[in-house]
Amino acid sequence: MSTPQRISLAESGDVTVVTFNDSKIIDDQAIQELGQELIALVEVDDRKKIVLNFAAVEFMSSAALGKLISFEKRVRAHKAQLILTNIRPEIHEVFAITKLTRLFTIKEDEADALAVM
Amino acid sequence: MSERWDWSAEEQIASRSGAHLPFLEEVLEQIARLGWDGRDFFGVQMTLEETLTNAIRHGNHCDESKRVRVHCKASGDRFWLRVADEGHGFRPDHVPDCTKDENLESFGGRGMALIHAYMAHVSFNERGNVITVQTHRGYRPPDDERPPDDE
Repeated sequence: MSTPQRISLAESGDVTVVTFNDSKIIDDQAIQELGQELIALVEVDDRKKIVLNFAAVEFMSSAALGKLISFEKRVRAHKAQLILTNIRPEIHEVFAITKLTRLFTIKEDEADALAVM
Repeated sequence: MSERWDWSAEEQIASRSGAHLPFLEEVLEQIARLGWDGRDFFGVQMTLEETLTNAIRHGNHCDESKRVRVHCKASGDRFWLRVADEGHGFRPDHVPDCTKDENLESFGGRGMALIHAYMAHVSFNERGNVITVQTHRGYRPPDDERPPDDE
């Protein structure tokens, strides 16, 4: 895929670690691009193990949550693994309020995620 | 009840994606000045983002001939917000199932759940195109509305 603008990628063995380039995920166009770049990880690059590291994310809207849910569905359809890490308390509460803590596997940090992948 | 507010603002916002952001930033700057921080600050930010983007996208359908009218008041302890669009109205009793594909990015499910989690009072006018919310610092939803601890 072309170089993503909204995310940065690092490899740890066979695991792709994704970090977010924006601290506030609210802009419509940025959210659309983010969704496309995430989905390309499984549909274009055929990556099977993905960690989303939220350390940089200070705020995200419900529209951004929708993109994450779409991404999780694509991950599942491609029989890939997805773990979310480093979510700050305010963002974790957003996941809890919207019941997304039941949909996503969430670990404290990257090391915890890599240990179970 | 007598109400004393330290800051208030009224504005009309264009129905264009992102047009709400300068107003949102202004409110956040003002409440930070008044001492709001942590979860309380985050909750106001979330409420502004969800109500204003809903009014632009789903109320006025990004029709730039229509306006979003917003009125906001804040003090060191309390926050009040009214957002009006020119749409046909949101039906809070007809919340879409946010787990369905077609509703993944809809306002009704997750957006409303978030607003209710951060605002002590949430109401709509009869038509459903005006939402009024208010809260106070330190507000937490009742135990039976709190998300379960999944960890």
